[in-house]
Amino acid sequence: MSDEIVQTQLENGLTVLLKEIHSAPIISHWIWYRVGSRNEVPGKTGISHWVEHMQFKGTAKYPAGVLDQAISRGGGIWNAFTYLDWTAFFSTMPKDNIALPIDLEADRMQNSLFLPEEVESERTVILSEREGSENEPLFRLNEAIDKAAFDRHPYRFEIIGEKSDLLTLTRDDLYTHYRHFYAPGNAVLTMAGDFDTNDMLDRLTAAYQSVSARPVPTVTIQPEKAIPEERHVELSGPGDTTYLRIVWRAPAGRDPDIFPLAVLDSILTGPSSLNMFGSGSISNKTSRLYQPLVDQQVAIAFSGDYNATIDPYLYTITVIMHPDHDPQEAVRIIDEEISRIQSGDISEQELKKAVKQARALFAYGSENITNQAYWMGYTEMFASYSWFTEFVPSLNRVTVSDVAETASTYLNSAHRVIGIYRPYPGESEES
Amino acid sequence: MRNIQSIPGSDDILRTVLPNQIVLLARENSLSPSVVISGYLPGGSVLDPVDRSGLAIFLSLALMRGTETNSFEQIFRKLEDNGASLGFNAGFHSFSFAGQSLAEDLPTMLDLLSDILRSPIFPENHLTQIRDQILTTLAIRSQDTAEMASIAFDQALFGSHPYGRDKLGTPESVQSVTRSDLIRHHAQYFKPQGMVISIVGGIEPEKAADLVRKYFTDWEAGPQAIPNLPDFPKVTKPEKGSATHIEIPEKSQLDLVIGSIAPERKSPQYQPARLGNCILGEFGMMGRIGRVVRDENGLAYYAGSDVNCLPLGGSWEISAGINPENLDRTIDLIRSEIRKFVSTPVEPNELSDVQSYYLGRMPLQLESNTGIANELLSIERYQLGLDYLRQYSDIIRAVTREQILETAATYLDPDRLTLATAGTLRGKA
Repeated sequence: MSDEIVQTQLENGLTVLLKEIHSAPIISHWIWYRVGSRNEVPGKTGISHWVEHMQFKGTAKYPAGVLDQAISRGGGIWNAFTYLDWTAFFSTMPKDNIALPIDLEADRMQNSLFLPEEVESERTVILSEREGSENEPLFRLNEAIDKAAFDRHPYRFEIIGEKSDLLTLTRDDLYTHYRHFYAPGNAVLTMAGDFDTNDMLDRLTAAYQSVSARPVPTVTIQPEKAIPEERHVELSGPGDTTYLRIVWRAPAGRDPDIFPLAVLDSILTGPSSLNMFGSGSISNKTSRLYQPLVDQQVAIAFSGDYNATIDPYLYTITVIMHPDHDPQEAVRIIDEEISRIQSGDISEQELKKAVKQARALFAYGSENITNQAYWMGYTEMFASYSWFTEFVPSLNRVTVSDVAETASTYLNSAHRVIGIYRPYPGESEES
Repeated sequence: MRNIQSIPGSDDILRTVLPNQIVLLARENSLSPSVVISGYLPGGSVLDPVDRSGLAIFLSLALMRGTETNSFEQIFRKLEDNGASLGFNAGFHSFSFAGQSLAEDLPTMLDLLSDILRSPIFPENHLTQIRDQILTTLAIRSQDTAEMASIAFDQALFGSHPYGRDKLGTPESVQSVTRSDLIRHHAQYFKPQGMVISIVGGIEPEKAADLVRKYFTDWEAGPQAIPNLPDFPKVTKPEKGSATHIEIPEKSQLDLVIGSIAPERKSPQYQPARLGNCILGEFGMMGRIGRVVRDENGLAYYAGSDVNCLPLGGSWEISAGINPENLDRTIDLIRSEIRKFVSTPVEPNELSDVQSYYLGRMPLQLESNTGIANELLSIERYQLGLDYLRQYSDIIRAVTREQILETAATYLDPDRLTLATAGTLRGKA
């Protein structure tokens, strides 16, 4: 599949990336804003996510409720995501109906109403969303770990925000945030699908030229280096299952160290997929940790995870413990395997496998047009589209010593957070 | 460039039956570098002995733990070294499998699939692992309010019908499954006849068929003890409404499921139920239910409805995640919407909206190899005909407001609803 794209910038500063794909009569339209929980301050956490919700609550032209129905009527799907570094809105439609999302995204870039009654109604919806997350032990553990892993950086707060902030944020706070960050110069539009590029550029120019240029916010956030020491977080709650989660500081998305980290992740815990749509997954039964953790019945399951972010974030290993074993046993096993990798005990076959796994995951993701447009914008948020096209070749260049060095640099036992969620003592082993 | 994803039909779907009665469906997607293999064999959880509930799922998980020719490690090396995946599961009426690989690895995949289906050896040490994994899954699930509300709803709605059984089993039944159970169950039900395999992606259908013949032709058909569908009872509506609550401590959110039974998949009321449900709790931001519960009253992050139509009937359920304090208010709002839904025809524009939605989204459903493979399996399972997807537009457009009202009134009685909740009621119950 061709990776050719056309990239341009409209007069108001909006960056546009287009990729023609004619495999199905579908077009996926995305708008990405460079704002996420990274742009928040204590007292106003969760504001980016709430603004994303308010974008569905109407403009004068498209009142609340009209938007959802119009997209569905056109046979489309749409949704939005607020992440650490960005907020994105997508619509994937049959190609004949693409005019609708183009028009409404241009409209809500500057005309969302933020009606006070809609703000209040959405406050309880978001509190409900948070309560749903709080039901999950791993959300609670993660919330505590993130606070231990970052001393000052906004990544220390969950994207949904602190409950106390969700209770006190005002309509004016939200609207100011919206006007500040939802400027065309702070946005990237990506489209993939069954269109003619020149024709589509004309249509986009016509639709978005009414959005006037505004100053692009300057953001200065000091990244945090390695976690200063080994830190421990322990929670307890109802249930019968013990969870272990270990995090280390990971390289930023545009740091070349992300590629050996991807290989390391694949070798240690099985490959992580960065696809958001239409991806397959690959099991991890031949990864390093499977035999000592699961085969030896110390753990029930485990996974590894990294993200491509603007500032250094976290590499995470999560373990669901076997009820008869203590998390400290899993920590020891993980340390032993990391130590082997740090000493260079890695085979060429393991490198080859990591590359083929990445190639397969990209192939699975490329079937889906929504996913193709996702990649164009996602990579633009922390690097550029070439990050995507160069991913597999970059992994191919990774050597044994690169992986060993990355493991030594990043997965250092003196610089991490160990988080454990334990059931209350005395709970039965079975439900 | 040629737009290759026209709607699949009889002229571009290959359907062939092997002498041992395996049915193969294949369709090419020449732009895709990968392939999807999916399919099923008759069987499933309805055949679980009463004291061995969860056996079909246990068996599915145990299949890949080693065969007469491939050890556990060899199986997963062949898969993971190639970036491929393969997995098994059990539904109520079948054992299913699904895999994905680069097109170049299809022969390896079919070779493995054939071996795993025919000669698993169920090593004892792996069975201990699987048992512990299922027990932990049950333990995690017992803390999941949405899952527990759904299970409580199914049990209350279906009662002693096989659909009321928990497919995963209970801690006691899972503990009691032995290697002999697995060997016996496998020998009894895993036969080629009735097996359906669907292959979609970057391979020509005839080449896919040649590969399936190569790896599956020598699997001989034999006696198979699967009861026919008519031998099972159909789902019936409970005589009265009920309310069940599962208390799970320290949960912020309460999950709620309200509903009743639904038509079977082959019923003429299936399409009216789907379209009606879409109006009730799916279209736009979760339909009428979403509008009332989420948008107008801000009571929930999610509130919508779903209709599940299985071979013997199914369930029509409205679900929501709410703060426990809002339970009564939410139930009143949902009940009132159901009352309206079963007594007044939907508006003409509501029907045309959902018809447009179902027809418009078809290209999205068919854009991936997995999407097409699943459609092919559904066509075979319910004998819809290879041109079903091409007739789909007419089928959807033929649904009327009156049919939706009649279907809704047949299945949803606002005064006889089954209600289940899970979470922390803090003394409210």
